[in-house]
Amino acid sequence: MRSILMLCVLSSLVLAEFESDLQLKLILAEPGDTIQLDSGLFPILGTLSMEGKQDIVIKGTGMNGSILDFSTQVEGAQGLSITNCKNITLEDFSVQDAKGDAIKCQYTDGITFRRVKAQWLGGPRSINGAYGLYPVQCENVLVEHCVAIAASDAGIYVGQSKNIIVRFSEAFDNVAGIEIENSTLADVYGNNVHGNTGGILVFDLPDLVVKEGHQVRIFDNIIKDNNLDNFAPEGNIVGKVPSGTGIMIMATEMVEVFENTIIDNKTAGTAIVSYFITEEETKDSQYNPYTSSIYIHDNIYRRNSQIPTLDHDIGLLLFFHFFRDIPDIIYDGMPDPSHISNNGLIPNARRLCIADNVDANYLNLELSKNFNSWYSPFFADFNTDANECNCTLEPLPEVILKIDH
Amino acid sequence: MVLAVFFAASPIFPSHPVLEHALPQLSEYGFFLEPIKEQIPTGLVLPYAIASPLFSDYAEKLRFIKVPKNETISHDEDLELDYPVGTFLIKTFYYLSDNRDLDSERRLIETRILKKTTSEWIAIPYVWNEDQTDAVLALAGHRTDVSWIHRDGTPINILYSIPNMNQCKSCHVYKNVQQPIGPKVRNLNIEFSYDEGKKNQLEKWISIGILESFNELSSLPRTVDYENPHDGTLDERARAWLDINCAHCHRKGGPAETSGLHLDLEESDPTKLGIFKPPVAAGRGAGDRKYNIVPGKPEESIMEYRITSTDPGVMMPELSRKLVHDEGVKLIQAWIKEMPEGR
Repeated sequence: MRSILMLCVLSSLVLAEFESDLQLKLILAEPGDTIQLDSGLFPILGTLSMEGKQDIVIKGTGMNGSILDFSTQVEGAQGLSITNCKNITLEDFSVQDAKGDAIKCQYTDGITFRRVKAQWLGGPRSINGAYGLYPVQCENVLVEHCVAIAASDAGIYVGQSKNIIVRFSEAFDNVAGIEIENSTLADVYGNNVHGNTGGILVFDLPDLVVKEGHQVRIFDNIIKDNNLDNFAPEGNIVGKVPSGTGIMIMATEMVEVFENTIIDNKTAGTAIVSYFITEEETKDSQYNPYTSSIYIHDNIYRRNSQIPTLDHDIGLLLFFHFFRDIPDIIYDGMPDPSHISNNGLIPNARRLCIADNVDANYLNLELSKNFNSWYSPFFADFNTDANECNCTLEPLPEVILKIDH
Repeated sequence: MVLAVFFAASPIFPSHPVLEHALPQLSEYGFFLEPIKEQIPTGLVLPYAIASPLFSDYAEKLRFIKVPKNETISHDEDLELDYPVGTFLIKTFYYLSDNRDLDSERRLIETRILKKTTSEWIAIPYVWNEDQTDAVLALAGHRTDVSWIHRDGTPINILYSIPNMNQCKSCHVYKNVQQPIGPKVRNLNIEFSYDEGKKNQLEKWISIGILESFNELSSLPRTVDYENPHDGTLDERARAWLDINCAHCHRKGGPAETSGLHLDLEESDPTKLGIFKPPVAAGRGAGDRKYNIVPGKPEESIMEYRITSTDPGVMMPELSRKLVHDEGVKLIQAWIKEMPEGR
């Protein structure tokens, strides 16, 4: 008891009282505890962290009620950092103006973000932190009824994780609204993703510890007006996403996109591309840069006539060929050569299939054929007949989370 | 007043595993003779040094190890040291009021203890009081103003951060388990000035029976001292600096493995070391630069940008510094500059 007294006295008198008190609670929490955050705007100077805990709830009074404000942060690269935990729930609070990522959660099995907001108040700026809600190398991730605003990379970013649901959330003013990267078994549905540079991204990137993702379903989302200028700091892969991208699927396999409403994304309603589109090289021998088994069906596309982004090579090319009426679904035409069978065809199960969409125009860039020199794509005769993708795939299974409550 | 703050701010906490091991004040462990600010070790407590230290805002460090009586540190074929339960690693951080004058007043700031318990290593942070009579347990960390005259005569004033228990682990974690960082065979394989004269530390530890002997001591690896321009090659010194300053996170099994950037001395894959490696989740930490290392061009390399920054959202390492390690930055700049250009 004496030791607790000493450390509380010391901390309380020297650090800001709220911050030290909360940090101490995060250190001393025991399984089953709920750490309650009061209403108010609380300035925090350093990363708050929770390590090695199980069955803890951190709960505020509402995402506009309990606000952890990091605008005067002097140390640490995250707002809230959760590592090596099990079954953690974050509820009803907001993290704003973190110097780096707002809430990062790593090596955790069972992490729920519910009615949590991550925000940078100054709007889209490259000096904002990279990620809003950022579970990485986690299992059983649930993000629901959350809001992410103005992250300079992705508002809601799930990386190198497994068993994931992102639903009923809103993301705007970010470079990427929602991004699922090198992750397996993800359901992304019922989200409102608008006003970002790119709405929903599903990427596999090279040179990471967790190599490949697959089995991602994107359905029932509204993906609208993702036409924000790309404000990612240069060098970041997300900086390659053209402004005006609704959904972008890159270098991954087994993705099902269905029953979404994809409206007024000026450059590409839905793009299915290989890693080559980034013009980056990789020496990762275990990396597969191609897409395969992609199924785009039953989506509603609508697009007012408007010019695509001119800040991007592909945007310029689209503008040159199509002016203001840009196709909705754009494929780079780079199938995985390892799937091409002796007859030169790709088995159905490995193809890009497009079926039963409303008002979806199609374009195949055929990267390997039409991009031999910088000017050749401008003279190429692109295929815009979606019949080449006329097939269906087996629906992917629903994601079932294993989270105890 | 003090009690009022305590009761107002803190609920009554249940016991916490660390509190079974953490004594309220440093003096209670009996590691040092009184007055303990002199840091003169008692009985089984032995001072040591490591070849290439972590930069922590130019703080000086005193390191001690206490191995329980009649116990021995063993090692395996990979030279991993296995410390017996009950081992303490003790590290005190201090500043001289004038770095140019070794006899100037010394202010002890914090003492960090790593204790090997039956299950794992635990980290226990202590903060020195103003009178320097003792250091007090500070699980939630602490911040304090520190001033000194630097080597070049400039006065420096920083808000020094003493990490909280979780922050201790954020660096000391490997494969989710807390571990010591510095005292590895290759870092300990250097001479130390003992009372009886200079001696190789491993030899000394073996001679007093706290370390299992090696077949051939002379063939053991040794990390170079990056601060000594005559020790090893430029590449070896730069790699030593990266190893101790970055690789506790940036290695396979470390918390920054998600970045794909692995900077431990054992890494040999050029991409994993950062050469022409695009960032993954660096955000504005990339500083509008495209690759972690562009050979021959430090000014285009993200690594150089991040170790030169003091912005919490950009700088690397994330913790342990408010200042730029000028000497370390120059070393890394020279190292990148020396690499042949192109892929």
